Amino acid sequence: MEKSKKEVLVLEDILGSNKKIAGSIRQKLLEHRILTVNILSSPGSGKTSLLEKLGLKLQEKYKVGVIEGDVETERDAERIRKAGLPAWQITTHGACHLEAKMLAQIFDQIPANLDFLFIENVGNLVCPASFDLGESLRFVLLSVPEGDDKPKKYPEAFITSNVFVITKCDLLPYLPFDADRVTAEALEINPKLEVFRTSALTGEGIDALSQYLENKLQELRSKNA
Amino acid sequence: MHELSIVADLFSIIEEQAKQARATRVTKVKVLIGELSGVVPELFRSAFQSYKKGTIADKAKLEIKITKIKFKCHNCGQEIKAKDISSPDFSYACPACGSKDVELVSGRDLYLEKLEIETES
Ligand SMILES: Nc1nc2c(ncn2[C@@H]2O[C@H](COP(=O)(O)OP(=O)(O)OP(=O)(O)O)[C@@H](O)[C@H]2O)c(=O)[nH]1
Ligand SMILES: [Mg+2]
Ligand SMILES: [Zn+2]
Repeated sequence: MEKSKKEVLVLEDILGSNKKIAGSIRQKLLEHRILTVNILSSPGSGKTSLLEKLGLKLQEKYKVGVIEGDVETERDAERIRKAGLPAWQITTHGACHLEAKMLAQIFDQIPANLDFLFIENVGNLVCPASFDLGESLRFVLLSVPEGDDKPKKYPEAFITSNVFVITKCDLLPYLPFDADRVTAEALEINPKLEVFRTSALTGEGIDALSQYLENKLQELRSKNA
Repeated sequence: MHELSIVADLFSIIEEQAKQARATRVTKVKVLIGELSGVVPELFRSAFQSYKKGTIADKAKLEIKITKIKFKCHNCGQEIKAKDISSPDFSYACPACGSKDVELVSGRDLYLEKLEIETES
């Protein structure tokens, strides 16, 4: 037999299979009228601490659940449960981000009567940005000790997010972090970002953020009535 | 290092396409990587080199083309390339008229553009 060479034009989205799974998760979440938030930040920026506070605040009026993504251990899910909220742990065993198919594996455990579902992604400001999880909103967190030069260094996370939360604002008096400058830089990359300043220590900004989410839930429900 | 999981998805597509085309070997793989895709080309390349071993693309060359960030401006109507993301002048705005009412039309994409294959005929 003769060998012959040829070119095959493919033009297929490499992340297509993740997008497809994310799409069907999004569909189901909308059917259940659940507002889902995917939370991105570096390790230790205060994702779990924010969720403990925000989750409890929202739980006064709503049903809230939390999915915890970590490389190893069930520690964050245990912290959330201890705070009084239901939590489900996904351990990625090495992967630096969550993918839609990991969520699909535990999706049956998520009660359909939730109002809010938070997904704490693996601590990493780069990799999780590429993977849609079927969320309604994406949050990017940056904590005061990390420094105010981050948005342009990690543009994907900021461009793909809807909300930018500056965390650990109780530390502003002690560190050279210009919150106005970082806000301006983030808005330059993505003018549609909503910006909040919070502290899990003093409770600053928790009410404002929870009010914002309540409004978003109403919006989602009036659109999908 | 999410490049490895992305390369794994790439190989599912390659294998599917190779099967459809009755390829005996894949000799070249060309991908398009958006500047804003979050993928580091060098990491993608090394993930590709280690993943290809033992697959139909064992000896395949990888060609990477970077797709630039492009905006569609709702103010002046132009579809226009943005300044380099790493340059200090980059902003999420129309480089022509300065309007911030822009939509990202390319730069986030990750595509398998084409394959070069060998068949036996
Ligand atoms: N001062 C101050 N410290 C905080 C605040 N929020 C969190 N911390 C501290 O920051 C550290 C990390 O907080 P976590 O909530 O575990 O951060 P995380 O983003 O969930 O971390 P990973 O899940 O490991 O990525 C802990 O020691 C917290 O006590 C805050 O608002 N102010
Ligand atoms: Mg955590
Ligand atoms: Zn314009």
